[in-house]
Amino acid sequence: MKSRHLLRILFTLALPAAVHADWRQFRGPDATGATSEAGAAPSKLAVAWSAELPGRGLSSPIVLGDKVFVTAASGPKQDRLHLFCFNTVDGKKIWERQLRATGRTMCQEKTCVAAPTPCTDGTSVFIQYSSNDVAAFDLKGNLFWFRGLTSDYPNASNSLGMASSLVVAGGTLVVMVENDSESFTAGLDVKTGVNRWKLSRPKAANWTSPVLFQNAVALQSSKGLLGIDPATGSPLWNYEDGASTIPSSAASGEVLFVPSRGLTALKPGKSGGSPEQLWRVENMNPATASPLVLGDRVYIVNGTGVLQPADVKTGERFWKLRLAGPASGSPVGAGTSIVFAAEKGVVQLIDTTAPEGAVAAEVDLKETLLCTPALSGGAAYVRSDKHLWKLN
Amino acid sequence: MKWTPALLLVFASPLLQAEPGAALQTLTAVGPEGRGNAEAGPAWAAVVKEGPAALGAVLKAMEGANPLAANWLGSAAETIGDQALAAGKALPVDELKTVILDVKKAGRARVTAFDLLHRADGAAADALVPGFLSDPNPELRRSAVAKLLTAAKAAKEKAEIVAACRKALEGATDADQVKELAETLEKNGEKVNLPRHFGFLMGWQVIGPFDNSGRRGFDTVFPPETEIKPDAAYPGKSGEVKWQSFTSKDDYGQIDFNKPYGLIKEVTGYATTTFDSATERTAEVRLGCKNAWKVWLNGQLLFSRDEYHRGAEIDQYKLPCRLKAGKNTLLVKLCQNEQTETWTAEWQFQLRLSDDTGRALLSTDRNADQ
Repeated sequence: MKSRHLLRILFTLALPAAVHADWRQFRGPDATGATSEAGAAPSKLAVAWSAELPGRGLSSPIVLGDKVFVTAASGPKQDRLHLFCFNTVDGKKIWERQLRATGRTMCQEKTCVAAPTPCTDGTSVFIQYSSNDVAAFDLKGNLFWFRGLTSDYPNASNSLGMASSLVVAGGTLVVMVENDSESFTAGLDVKTGVNRWKLSRPKAANWTSPVLFQNAVALQSSKGLLGIDPATGSPLWNYEDGASTIPSSAASGEVLFVPSRGLTALKPGKSGGSPEQLWRVENMNPATASPLVLGDRVYIVNGTGVLQPADVKTGERFWKLRLAGPASGSPVGAGTSIVFAAEKGVVQLIDTTAPEGAVAAEVDLKETLLCTPALSGGAAYVRSDKHLWKLN
Repeated sequence: MKWTPALLLVFASPLLQAEPGAALQTLTAVGPEGRGNAEAGPAWAAVVKEGPAALGAVLKAMEGANPLAANWLGSAAETIGDQALAAGKALPVDELKTVILDVKKAGRARVTAFDLLHRADGAAADALVPGFLSDPNPELRRSAVAKLLTAAKAAKEKAEIVAACRKALEGATDADQVKELAETLEKNGEKVNLPRHFGFLMGWQVIGPFDNSGRRGFDTVFPPETEIKPDAAYPGKSGEVKWQSFTSKDDYGQIDFNKPYGLIKEVTGYATTTFDSATERTAEVRLGCKNAWKVWLNGQLLFSRDEYHRGAEIDQYKLPCRLKAGKNTLLVKLCQNEQTETWTAEWQFQLRLSDDTGRALLSTDRNADQ
């Protein structure tokens, strides 16, 4: 174990900053929780630096080159919407921008207005908040465009709070605004924020996030999972057997792992129609955390904070490992390591090569953590309502 | 600020070279569904590049700006402030103070100016706060209330505590601050008339239940939507229904349909009341409700929403409206759905009228003790 960590450290130190893979959106490069960057995961979870944040947030940080971006919301009504850009090396603030909510900011107490995670296409950073305010900044902090989607569509809101994160595919920013009333997903032009398309969606509260899958974006809802062409919003395939409205799907190769009647593995066909169901494990239920695919295993964290892997081809289950407690965020992984942030403030590094899985390192940050970590360059980035940390 | 030719020479933006203020006009022209965004991005960068000298013009451009434009302008002003302070440049403190103290200027411009002043000269900004207690801007008002709350907490004598809280209550409109003040006063033997403070409408006529099976009642036009006749009787969900009086006893003005009708599901009810306004004026109907609802004022539908049991709070929905002088009639439709969980039992709303900053409006026929 020690030698493997040493090798990983040496490898990480030898890498110039430019070769670190980015963590461009919620749950990483493909919005599925994993990155192919071999040295992305930290080795010890030592605190490299921390930076203060002025308001609430459970959005994840995202990483682009030597910059880490994170959102927050401050003020008694959480109507001050912040976007921060920090230097990944030393945690110094490079710039901060602030907008005001134009939509409703009411949220259930545990969540908050800065719930959706930003995303980037490498030249712009796109942000969304529970108030359905959406904006784009360039990497220097210049405001490119701004939309108030509840201003445009006045019944688009959820009194418990919205939480879906953004993905960008081609030149389209996919924004899920799914709720009990005026429910839709829109494709916005990344350069202007103007609608390229707007798709009516099931009238039901939905906190899942879109997933990039091959040439499609997968939209999950209580009805199931719909694959759409991100350029047009046109349906490509449709799974209609219902799905969770909290944890999102994970993907690997040609297969999607969907929180649907337990965990269901689906293979969408290239000619549309209903995806082929490869397997289903009914009592493998992701709670709030979304599943993660790492290598040949798909991992879930259940409601009591137990991590469990299953074979991606068969659904056969393996060991169970009790983690530091329940989580609102999702596990993320790189190589053979998983990083997990428990609500009570403990971040854990899981060695998945151990026969029964093992906690290789952990750190207690002593603040409530509701975010999903970001991994890049041998570091994990996590945030609370008060701080952003780099752990390496 | 003056847009001098010398300054224009250093502008990179053709917008500003072509016409001083054109960039600001571009920012104020943004509209719904991304209208004007393509032009606004370069204009924003051009304005920010101007630096502190542009702040006065940016704040002035906020007058009458829609909330989208106000975001472009406010963000530009804050970015100018950020960059100037980081570079060790001074902000125009006196100009900012002038904007802050002019209560006729746009609230967003004044708050932005206050934020900038606070960063440039925190002591100067703090010194202004006590003067905000009766300010028309709710954010500035809140800061003055917060200062008095702090003073009340620090005070040791009951008379001091009560005096600070009573004074704070004059400006308090945010529910959390009002609640804290009322509780502190109550502990010191002072009762606050919360319904009157907020302006909750307490006395209503209610009728129901009509049907809401399959949530279809929300779009069904039942008789109260076409006529309000106090003596009329209509077929309801389970028999004839008539209007009856209902007066809320709740400090926060809840009109609870479960009280007259019991814990029933898949039903629709209506409530109507009147509000006498001394003058014709703009106002806001402010509603808190976790059931599906519709609100009409003088027969005009203000807004409707078909969300059930996701949460409610005071001033959850702010519905701009225009009151006529004399009697105004309000009608609320309230739908209860089929869910059976204990947290879905509520079938109620709270409604008040206020100005557009949240200060209560009271009907001219409201008794002094109500």
